[in-house]
Amino acid sequence: MNWLTAIVRPFKLNDVYDRLIEEGIGGMTITEVKGRGNQPTKTEVYRGNSYSDTFIPKIKIEVALSDEALENVIDSIIESATTGKPGDGKIFISKIQKAIRIRTKEIDLDAI
Amino acid sequence: MNTEAIVIEHNYIFNTLFLLLSGALVMWMAAGFSMLEAGLVRSKNTTEILTKNILLYALACIAYQVIGFDIMYQDNATGGWLPSFGIGINPTAEGATQPVEVDFFFQVVFVATAMSIVSGAVAERMKLSSFLIFAIFMTAVIYPVSGYWTWGAGFLGASVEDGGIGFSDFAGSGIVHLAGAMAALSGVILLGPRKGRYTSNGAKAMPGANMPLVALGTFILWMGWLGFNGGSQLTLNSVDDANAVGRIFLNTNAAAAAGALVAYFLTTFLYGKADLTLIVNGALAGLVTITAAPDSPTPTQAVAFGALGAAAVFFAINFFDKVKIDDPVGAISVHGVAGIIGVMLVPFTKDVSFTTQLIGILVISAWVFGSSFIVWFAIKKFIGVRISEQDEYIGADTSECGVEAYPEFSGGK
Repeated sequence: MNWLTAIVRPFKLNDVYDRLIEEGIGGMTITEVKGRGNQPTKTEVYRGNSYSDTFIPKIKIEVALSDEALENVIDSIIESATTGKPGDGKIFISKIQKAIRIRTKEIDLDAI
Repeated sequence: MNTEAIVIEHNYIFNTLFLLLSGALVMWMAAGFSMLEAGLVRSKNTTEILTKNILLYALACIAYQVIGFDIMYQDNATGGWLPSFGIGINPTAEGATQPVEVDFFFQVVFVATAMSIVSGAVAERMKLSSFLIFAIFMTAVIYPVSGYWTWGAGFLGASVEDGGIGFSDFAGSGIVHLAGAMAALSGVILLGPRKGRYTSNGAKAMPGANMPLVALGTFILWMGWLGFNGGSQLTLNSVDDANAVGRIFLNTNAAAAAGALVAYFLTTFLYGKADLTLIVNGALAGLVTITAAPDSPTPTQAVAFGALGAAAVFFAINFFDKVKIDDPVGAISVHGVAGIIGVMLVPFTKDVSFTTQLIGILVISAWVFGSSFIVWFAIKKFIGVRISEQDEYIGADTSECGVEAYPEFSGGK
């Protein structure tokens, strides 16, 4: 049972979402986040003075996955979130100790 | 009633209708300034700038009604410099072209326009109460005194035969816009820039919060300006008047359009992209430039004048940043620099000398800057002009009004 966190470009969210639905993944959590990696920040000019954001907007997708589903989902996210330029994001995977569905009190795989 | 009496009566009615409708258009410019300024400040200062705009309009109306109008227009010596002081509005004079109430209304909305210019330049860091106290002095005394010297037939505006110098400023590039900019400039010098605006690495951009409001405000001003310049013909009872008003509408509109385009090309070629806020300043610069003489240029000249004013304003905005005069909306550049250019362009289309125009600019600038500086200085000494550093960080909406413009999205920023 795995906890997958993917940080992707905001405009790639729809593509990733469609692929996850195709894979039969029904539940996920997304958050609007900002961060820094290798992608250079963009500098714009406002009234003659340049400015740039220190952090770049990204979308964080979090999904709980069974061991069997994991590899396919990783491939799907990579395929759907890639542009080939710095800033495509990252995927992190960790183990889930326990999962509980609040409504039914089911646990672990039944809960996700 | 004989035919002549009927014609006189109809002229009176036409003039009144014309001036009332024009005045209502100019009144609407208060909405334009409000939206423009609300869009160009950061969201934490939106309520406060709107409060300022509504209260300055209200204060201008009352102060000008009680004292200002009398100083500017009533019982003054032609060609003089010291106005008579009195209160209220005199009855309509015998043989007037329209009722005095209509004259008053058309004039009071100009005073409010001059004061609106100040609010944008001092935005995001001035105490509301200090601003309102200044607004009283500006609209009751400072503007009306130079208004008497010019439109009130004092020593600048009266013709040479009447003992004046014949300064020519049709709808107020100098009298209204330069005056507003000078009051703003003296205030900004005493106030200082917004916290963090100028660092050791140069000027830092503080992008405005709402571009739709910027565009809406600009179009409202553009529309209101047709009344500002068109109405300044003052009468509409002859074919000559009608021709003049038609020319004024065309020229005013053309100068604004040229200004917007010039600013678009400059921002695109010099800064890389089309900065809406500078394009907007360009359109307004075109309007301010043509205001000194919208009735005499050919349409082609109007385009050239608007373009020239906008180009000058574009570089002026950059210049004021270099000398650390922080003007969030560019009001000092748009109304001051384009105002001067507008007045100095008059001799190209009217029979008036450059020297006369230059004297007018110097006198208006010196008077408004000097007297405003004294008022701002006194306010600073007694109650202060600036909100605290922490209030500036939290935003003037919270510190001055206790009402946030967008409470759902704030969270103490």
